[in-house]
Amino acid sequence: MTNLLLLQVLNGVQFGILLFLVAAGLTLIFGIMDLINLAHGVLYMVGAYLTATFTALTGDFFLGLALALPAALVFGIVLERLVFRQLYDRDHLEQVLATFGLILVLNEGVLMIWGAAPISVPIPEILSGSIPLVGPLRYPVFRIVIIAAGLLTALGLWFLVSRTRVGMLLRAGASNAPMVSALGVDVKRLFMLVFGLGAMLAGFAGAMVAPILSVEPGMGNNVLILTFVVIVIGGIGSIRGAFVAALLVGLVDTVGRTFGPILLQKVLDPSAASQTGRTLAPMLIYIMMAIVLFARPSGLFPKKGGA
Amino acid sequence: MKDTDTAPAGARTPRLAGRGALIGALVLFAIFAVLPFAAHAAGDPFFIVTATRIIVFAIAALSLDLILGYGAIVSFGHAAFMGIGAYSVAILATHGIGDVLVQALVAVLASALFALVTGAISLRTKGVYFIMITLAFGQMAYFFMVSLSAYGGDDGLTLYDRSTLFGAPLLDGDIGLYYAALAVLVGAFFLLRAVVASRFGRVLRGTRDNRVRMQAIGFSPYPYQLTAYVLAGAIAGLAGVLLANQTEFVSPAYMTWQRSGELIVMVVLGGMGTLTGAIAGAVGFLMLEEILSSLWVHWHIVFGALLVLIVLYTRGGLAGLAGRVFGGRRR
Repeated sequence: MTNLLLLQVLNGVQFGILLFLVAAGLTLIFGIMDLINLAHGVLYMVGAYLTATFTALTGDFFLGLALALPAALVFGIVLERLVFRQLYDRDHLEQVLATFGLILVLNEGVLMIWGAAPISVPIPEILSGSIPLVGPLRYPVFRIVIIAAGLLTALGLWFLVSRTRVGMLLRAGASNAPMVSALGVDVKRLFMLVFGLGAMLAGFAGAMVAPILSVEPGMGNNVLILTFVVIVIGGIGSIRGAFVAALLVGLVDTVGRTFGPILLQKVLDPSAASQTGRTLAPMLIYIMMAIVLFARPSGLFPKKGGA
Repeated sequence: MKDTDTAPAGARTPRLAGRGALIGALVLFAIFAVLPFAAHAAGDPFFIVTATRIIVFAIAALSLDLILGYGAIVSFGHAAFMGIGAYSVAILATHGIGDVLVQALVAVLASALFALVTGAISLRTKGVYFIMITLAFGQMAYFFMVSLSAYGGDDGLTLYDRSTLFGAPLLDGDIGLYYAALAVLVGAFFLLRAVVASRFGRVLRGTRDNRVRMQAIGFSPYPYQLTAYVLAGAIAGLAGVLLANQTEFVSPAYMTWQRSGELIVMVVLGGMGTLTGAIAGAVGFLMLEEILSSLWVHWHIVFGALLVLIVLYTRGGLAGLAGRVFGGRRR
């Protein structure tokens, strides 16, 4: 029981880290450009497909990843120039409509190029296998690598945002973009950079799950909704909030799916418990979101002075 | 920081005036009324099935227009209410309750209750938070039905008989169902027209145009918005009842967020805050879908690109364009 809990907690952390990678870009884009981007989940999907393709071409996952990340960055910047740049000063409804249209185009485009069949990416040789945890318990190396890579990225992001000049501009842009522009900073370039960074982070998340999930059209859709839950709980625009909320959502979802039915067995008979548990578990994170919002309508870490 | 509550897209775009909207709706209803005869004469009686589907979505779009167009409440989970209505029919039918009045009553109550609970929480927030929260609640309903294996789960639920009225199979024929749906559409249109014109509707519109000013003159927007949200949810639930009868099949796919997005597209492109626009938007959307999907498998690309281009290059959507062309006055 304790072993199972430990495993599920690790899985939950790993899932949460992935959500954070996607959510960080989305919350930055919202916080700084005031843009609601429904197509962010598509960037995650594109990252996974690019990694799958480059891995198949080069025969090496790391080389594939090294090629996929800049490709995702370029893809994000191209989208920014073509579409998003013109949406910054529109109202949210128009942003929703345009990015919704973009989802249709990109999902269908992926379907056209790569087909509907899921693509699998082999786990690289060095990172396959598992390592012992406690007692007989083992955990796959690749999932540990995902956790480590995610934590390193979070650390790097923290450093970038709070310790560098670019980060200073980002924070200033988030609290008052027109003022930053008036001070002579090229806000357009800053926005493009943020968008590219967000696209690359989402693409990185997609790349990291490519070997453990199947790469398929529409894989970004569910992630998008979970990411929204994450940034709403964390407080829109807050990277710290996104980190905490992502781990919370990852843990509650993963642990809830396993332990919900087990806990319910104490009050219900086994078949009813597993039925109720399986029905309720997917709703847990939404219920959690409702509770958080009921208590704090702007999330756990609301942006100061903003919405 | 933009505030969606004080600057909705509809508020600054000129729109067709009230009388024009009424005439437009009456023309649409007249066309709908003679459509079965025309389809029969044209040798395409199956068009009636498509037309029923269009009417069902027009009802849902109409209800969304109440909150989106008149309340500037961008709800991204409206499909959930349709799904709840559809599931009310299917679940009651599996328990042997096939009367449409009972089913409709349950559907309206269930979707209104869901709207009340989720609306009470979501309406505490504003702008982009509200969009994301309604999206998440819609997904919650979707996942609930996906994992509810007792009623088909992911596979959905087949309806073996259409609903009856006091035991009479009035909806069994496609024509009967079509006119029933049309009657609901006309009823919903005039009900919502009356609601919008009432004092309640004026408070709702006032909040859309300037929330702070409404608060300053002593109105609390929350109960008004919540009431509108519940009413819209209930009408969408009714549309779900018709949808279940039309397809004779219910599945969680009715509740996906893509479906909610499509409803928003219908309302916005048809023209927000006119009611008639929502109906026209549903007709245009579904006809375009019908035509494009018969031409190319990957028609979503064309459709999505059109949507992006319309938003980027025609400020205020097609309705804004129509409003500018016809010089409609601002309400």
